[in-house]
Amino acid sequence: MGNPNVGKSAIFSRLTGVHVITSNYPGTTIEYTKGYIKLRDEKAEIIDVPGVYSLSALSKAEEIALRMFEDGDVIINIVDSTNLERNLNLTLQLLKKKKPIVVVLNFWDETKHRGVNIDVKELENFLGVPVVPTCGITGEGIKELVDRLDEAKEGSIFYETDEDRWSIIGRIVGKVQRLTHRHHTFLDRLGEFSVKPLTGIPISIIVIYLTFKIIRFIGETLIGYIFEPLFDKLWLPVVSKISEILLPYKFLHEILIGTLIDGKIDFGLSFGILTTGLFVPVAMVLPYVFAFYLVLSFLEDSGYLPRLAVLFDRVMHLVGLHGVSIIPMLLGLGCNVPGALATRIMENRRERFISAILLAISVPCMAQIAMIVGLVGRYGSSALFYVFGILFLIWLVLGIILNKILKGEAPEIFVEIPPYRIPYFVSLFKKVWMRVKWFLNEAVPFVLLGVFIINILYTFRIIDFVGKFTEPIVTKLFGLPSEAVSALMIGFLRKDVAVGMLAPLNLNLKQLIIASVILAIYFPCAATFAVLIKELGIKDMLEATFIMIITAFFVGGVLNLLL
Amino acid sequence: MIVDITQLQPGEKGMVVDIQGGWGLIRKLDALGIRRGVKIMKISSQFLRGPVIIQVGGTQVAIGFGMAKRIIVDKI
Repeated sequence: MGNPNVGKSAIFSRLTGVHVITSNYPGTTIEYTKGYIKLRDEKAEIIDVPGVYSLSALSKAEEIALRMFEDGDVIINIVDSTNLERNLNLTLQLLKKKKPIVVVLNFWDETKHRGVNIDVKELENFLGVPVVPTCGITGEGIKELVDRLDEAKEGSIFYETDEDRWSIIGRIVGKVQRLTHRHHTFLDRLGEFSVKPLTGIPISIIVIYLTFKIIRFIGETLIGYIFEPLFDKLWLPVVSKISEILLPYKFLHEILIGTLIDGKIDFGLSFGILTTGLFVPVAMVLPYVFAFYLVLSFLEDSGYLPRLAVLFDRVMHLVGLHGVSIIPMLLGLGCNVPGALATRIMENRRERFISAILLAISVPCMAQIAMIVGLVGRYGSSALFYVFGILFLIWLVLGIILNKILKGEAPEIFVEIPPYRIPYFVSLFKKVWMRVKWFLNEAVPFVLLGVFIINILYTFRIIDFVGKFTEPIVTKLFGLPSEAVSALMIGFLRKDVAVGMLAPLNLNLKQLIIASVILAIYFPCAATFAVLIKELGIKDMLEATFIMIITAFFVGGVLNLLL
Repeated sequence: MIVDITQLQPGEKGMVVDIQGGWGLIRKLDALGIRRGVKIMKISSQFLRGPVIIQVGGTQVAIGFGMAKRIIVDKI
């Protein structure tokens, strides 16, 4: 346990070998993770707990942490050694609860160049529990921590009131910590520049612009130079052979290979499991997912996101949220599922409701974005600008409306701004790899399932049947051909496949824009929907679903009239 | 001079003399080390009554404008 952003998850990973996502902002861990460690042939369970500043539960994550505390036999209290005074506040509260404790002084490597000197032995004497300096990122000190785990004991410090506690902390810090003067580093200066409005706003615009540029560059390069050639040169001969063999078995051919375009397989249009089903997630979406998480992880580890939250605080207040909610929105751009989970860092139900709805309706995930870029991007950047501009407008207008309708108002931002840190590349790549692996595990099976279902639906003419029913809405209201209903049906399962299904329909630009926007807003994919039910509860989710459907009808109709 | 922290200029320092709020606010600020008798330094403010950032101890904290109005300091 420990304060937010002191590196608990990094220490946890080191102790257990279980990889968990770590970042440089408070609130990365929103749920507890379990792992195991061997101590003298005995297996001990270690739990990574969300960070708390004190033992009074203010947010949902803090409540979880408190419950975990009650269950623990030994508490490993992680302390940011560059910030001893504030961290000891929690340490003393933990010591008062009379549980065996080991204190870990993390970020030990940073104390040197920050001019902080801590007398570890002296601190041990004061607290009456073992104190171990570590560096979670490099693993320094972890062995000593493991060796000393069974020295954990109840502390020898007590206090009565809050004031008491602070005066004891003051005395301890005065005795064990020596600060030497140091000059401002480049990162400190950058830290100040990036939160002062005159310099911070231009910096944020540059950062966001570069983010998009880099993602698109990496994504396009990977697709153009690696994945498309791989599919064309290596995979195409294989599936062509399979196609020849399967030709007599019409049904199987339809499902595995799909429709031949001019007698040949077209990875984008054929829509068989082995053709489009593999091509979409691997060659069209994966490169962008990788690029997105690479850049996002860099921003996370550097500590820039909380600063972005401060700069965008006023904008977020328009939609009834405060700056920190920009973090779930950004995560949602990768995949809505982690975004929906991250809404937990917000304090109250109203905020979680608004951010979940905005996320589900108007924040497209990377898989969907990649497909839209592939499909609509052919008409040039201005066409893409239309799609994403419309989605942003929906986000803003819907947010303003929700903020007006729902009772209450946005709580104020109150968040620690961590120092900038230069990302440690080993852990950065581990994090990107974890997220990409997660995407492959979660997405690929569902994409294949989606393609399978489409083919079944077509073969048994169910799409034609549903198409007749929905024709008034799809054709008259949205101005799309009635076959587009198949994309809308599959969109419940996977948005990337759904966008891909628009490709064979020969839509014009207007129809493409409308279809892309409606696919993004009308309903979250199945995985996001399931998470939202868990996070919001059934009642709120029903309301949210109602809002989504209304929004989709309204926006689709308006776009059809205006464009 | 007694002012609230929104009135400080970036780089100016002050000693917290009062927190005008209920128990909840005092607890919340206390958890991050912001309490009576503590020295703070203003780092930045934003346009249009945006959040204020102050340095307290080794920590920088962003505080919404309304909350910042309730933190009263004696300017040093």
